Amino acid sequence: MDFLLVLVVLAVVAVVVAWPLYRVARPTPGAGERSEVEALEAARDAKLREIRDSELDYRTGKLSEEDWRTIDAQLRAEAADILRQLDRVKGPEE
Amino acid sequence: MAILGRACLIIALGLAVYGAAASIYGARARKPAWVESGRRAVYAMSGVVTIAFAILIAAFIRSDFSFGVVVDHSSTTTPLFYRATAAWSSQEGSLLLWVFLLSAWSSLILFVLARKGKLREIAPYATAVLCGLGGFFLFCSIFLANPFTTLANPPLEGAGLNPLLRYPSMMIHPPALYSGYTLFTVPFAFAIGALITGRLDASWITSTRRFALAAWFFLGLGILLGARWSYSELGWGGYWAWDPVENASLMPWLVGTAFLHSAMIQEKRGMLKVWNVSLVLAAGVLAVLGTFLVRSGILDSIHAFGASTLGVPFILLIATMAAASIGLVIWRRPSLRSEHRLDSLFSRESIFLLNNLVLVGLCFVVFWGTFFPLISEAVTGDKASVGPPWFDRYTVPLALILVLLSGIGPVIAWRRATVSKLARYLAIPLAVGVAVPLVLLGLGVSYHLEALLMFGIGAFALTVVAQEFVRGAGARRAMTGDPPPAALLALVRRNRRRYGGYVVHAGMAVLFIGVAASSTFHHQRDVRLSPGQTTKVGGYDVRYQKATFNVADDHRNTGALISLGAVLDVSKGGKHVATLNPSRGYYPDLSQGPVSRFYQGESTSEVGLQAGLRRDLWTAVEPDTSRIDRLAAEADRKFPDASPRLSLFIAGTLAAGYARNPPPATFRVIDSPLVTWIWLGGLIVVAGALIALWPVGLRARRTAPVGYGARVARELGRA
Repeated sequence: MDFLLVLVVLAVVAVVVAWPLYRVARPTPGAGERSEVEALEAARDAKLREIRDSELDYRTGKLSEEDWRTIDAQLRAEAADILRQLDRVKGPEE
Repeated sequence: MAILGRACLIIALGLAVYGAAASIYGARARKPAWVESGRRAVYAMSGVVTIAFAILIAAFIRSDFSFGVVVDHSSTTTPLFYRATAAWSSQEGSLLLWVFLLSAWSSLILFVLARKGKLREIAPYATAVLCGLGGFFLFCSIFLANPFTTLANPPLEGAGLNPLLRYPSMMIHPPALYSGYTLFTVPFAFAIGALITGRLDASWITSTRRFALAAWFFLGLGILLGARWSYSELGWGGYWAWDPVENASLMPWLVGTAFLHSAMIQEKRGMLKVWNVSLVLAAGVLAVLGTFLVRSGILDSIHAFGASTLGVPFILLIATMAAASIGLVIWRRPSLRSEHRLDSLFSRESIFLLNNLVLVGLCFVVFWGTFFPLISEAVTGDKASVGPPWFDRYTVPLALILVLLSGIGPVIAWRRATVSKLARYLAIPLAVGVAVPLVLLGLGVSYHLEALLMFGIGAFALTVVAQEFVRGAGARRAMTGDPPPAALLALVRRNRRRYGGYVVHAGMAVLFIGVAASSTFHHQRDVRLSPGQTTKVGGYDVRYQKATFNVADDHRNTGALISLGAVLDVSKGGKHVATLNPSRGYYPDLSQGPVSRFYQGESTSEVGLQAGLRRDLWTAVEPDTSRIDRLAAEADRKFPDASPRLSLFIAGTLAAGYARNPPPATFRVIDSPLVTWIWLGGLIVVAGALIALWPVGLRARRTAPVGYGARVARELGRA
């Protein structure tokens, strides 16, 4: 009984692991391009979070309006730059 | 089923080797099919190890004594709950638990990333690292501590679970701790992958951040449960002893805490890349080191759960991990340069940096103190160790600075802050922080500088957090017009990381206040009393009223057939305060005579505890059983073939005789303030971590970026 179960486990494992090797591969974008998109998306999300954080800092009184406006403008410019780079690598978002 | 279990381990080892090889080959030859096959090998490994683990648990539940490990760590008299969880009290079972959790977490991260199509360049190398770690533990499981070793002549009864481990939270503590250790290997593996591929932007940190946070959460939970067990079960009255095994779990937790803070700086500013990757790698190495310390028995510990042949393989693994980590960081140093510089030393980034230095300093102190016996043996030939006073000398000032920084961090703005804003923001918390120690002194609390400082700094940090919630909710109200509770809820929901973190800071402040109070102002007395005698502890009179006994009344369901105890009456100024019932449970040892087996086995303390928000009254008793031992030995000689019922009857009669005419018993009585604050603080930390961990809802994830994207696009249009 045990040996039969071992054979079953082996057969299932073999199918699970070998399946991708016998499947027709779908074309995927180049690795370098994908990584650049990922890096830019991570940078975009972090920048958007930073814009939100600095606004919360201002609204809770930690930043003066003058400092916030300076930082906010700088962050938005950086975010816009990231979006521009993303559009260039990925194509503009709808 | 042992054959299937053994086969599963061997198949899993084969899968680990194949998974590592296929992933690396697929990545280098740019063949995604092989990468996917490698990833599926991890899923299969997880499935196969789960089968092996289930077989082992089933063997424990069924008391299948053909398994050597079941004989050594369980028995038919061990209650079901403890039988089901006894597997990880053994060396063999705990190694299998490690690889079970590792393969489960590895499958989860690889599945999530594959579904999102993220980190495709890094993932194959991370898969190889995770397979390598899994393979190591499987190798140990198969060749050095096989849980499926069977006995040719199974005995009818097993040795039973170590009585000290028969405590509910102690059964959850190891899986929590091991979850923390194994989860830390996930960011470790991805850091290695990022270094190999040179993809050193923040994307790998963003994708594995939740795993690092979960690791921190589980490790913290494990540490808390361990401290609670130590306090309630070990019979010495403390919750932390700077024991090597405790320290082993604290070190990766400290480094993980530092990483969770500094990772934010890399995500936001592209700074501290070398520091962050080093912290993640250190946390991974320390997690394996922690497992090694628990399982190897290399350092003397009250948690001596392992003394084994695992030392050399573990040292080789740790050395390999450390050397590879250092080598890769040095190799990639040029790519790890910061993208920005600090805008101002007066910013949240600077506070995070300071906090990182303190946390790493704490970790170094703990590391040095833990390994000092080995260091001193290597240098002088003598195995000298350092005790709690040595640890306290360095950790107390660092803890004070840490709590102070946890109060300053939330109020200081990112990038640049102004003195005037900060001063206005800190006015109330500072006033509270100064007032609390002064008021306490005025109320008659004796002068202990470090404790009073911790009360003041803790109150400061708590006020900061409260103020943050009030101001944040106020700002939200001003924008949306929501009523206060709705504004507060929306604020936390939209900023889970930030406000979850603040809750954690509050919890840590409460916990440290509890630690400072209980360690500074506690009163302890070890005393031998006869019934009717009284001792004084703190301001309390503790009177030994009478001795008690229990036979075959295992109300805590731990398997102790006999217990001897005491009733203590506690009063203050003549007024009754509490009645405490400490006892000692005795577990049978079947290798002894028919009657003495009930007293000659292991015994554990059942603490008599009156816990409260203000103070705990803690007692433990050590009954003098010398008379019982003598009489039991006599009964063994008179009734060598006594039936189990008769034996228990005689043993019970001896216990009743003890209670009727008790000899003096030894008591430890402790009056300790604010211990409950430690557990409350821990629960608050857990709640804060859960808030930070909770997944962001789909709606929030979609709408927020689109909203911000539109605003940034408008800015772009104007530029």
